[in-house]
Amino acid sequence: MVDCIRLEYDVDGENFASAGHASESVKRTLKQMGVSPASVRRVAIAMYEGEINMVIHAHGGKATAEIYPDRIDIYLKDTGPGIADVGLAMRAGYSTATENIRSLGFGAGMGLPNMKKYSDDMKIDTAVGVGTTVFLRICF
Amino acid sequence: MTIRDVVRLLDAEILCGAEHLDTEIHTACGSDMMSDVLAYVKDQSVLLTGLLNPQVVRTAEMMDMLCIVFVRGKRPEQAVIELAEAKGIVLLSTEKRLFVACGILYTNGLGG
Repeated sequence: MVDCIRLEYDVDGENFASAGHASESVKRTLKQMGVSPASVRRVAIAMYEGEINMVIHAHGGKATAEIYPDRIDIYLKDTGPGIADVGLAMRAGYSTATENIRSLGFGAGMGLPNMKKYSDDMKIDTAVGVGTTVFLRICF
Repeated sequence: MTIRDVVRLLDAEILCGAEHLDTEIHTACGSDMMSDVLAYVKDQSVLLTGLLNPQVVRTAEMMDMLCIVFVRGKRPEQAVIELAEAKGIVLLSTEKRLFVACGILYTNGLGG
């Protein structure tokens, strides 16, 4: 059996100020485990982008991280509105964010492309009106 | 240059992290869009911004940045200062505008 550390977090969709708490915790854990700084940063950025998305688009949800000796698998699961057109959402610069979200410094349409850029594997399972689960794998 | 040089060049007020002023820095970026910072920034150590919410500190932390400079005389709420303090990130506030502050640091040797 492969050793795995499993971390679970509730992502509070009503509290923008606390967004990033899960990513910060995972980052700290990976650092303590001695994962290379470059890998830690890739994980931190990819997961943080996902966590911000959950808060600004989907009223929060659950974030789960499974840390293996050679990689991390991250599941970001929400019960938000879902993504109508994943291809469009993956296009850099495309965003459905409101002006209010942009005034907070997010919603430039770079979140999903950035998550793909920093991960080794990314899968989006989504249904309109049901929710979205984003899977991210980052190899160390 | 060091963060202490940034304080001097921008005539900045130190909001927290005074114990880290002798840390060496080589590069900086300026933006009010954290999305762009996350997407385009590589190894910059200093973030200059006019945005004041806690996600500025979180973004800096994810990017391993050492110092945030708030421009146009802005000051974040105490909770944001405390968050930065807990992360060991230096917070500065300058009256200078973003373009001018970036220009001063660039002409004094800080890279982009």
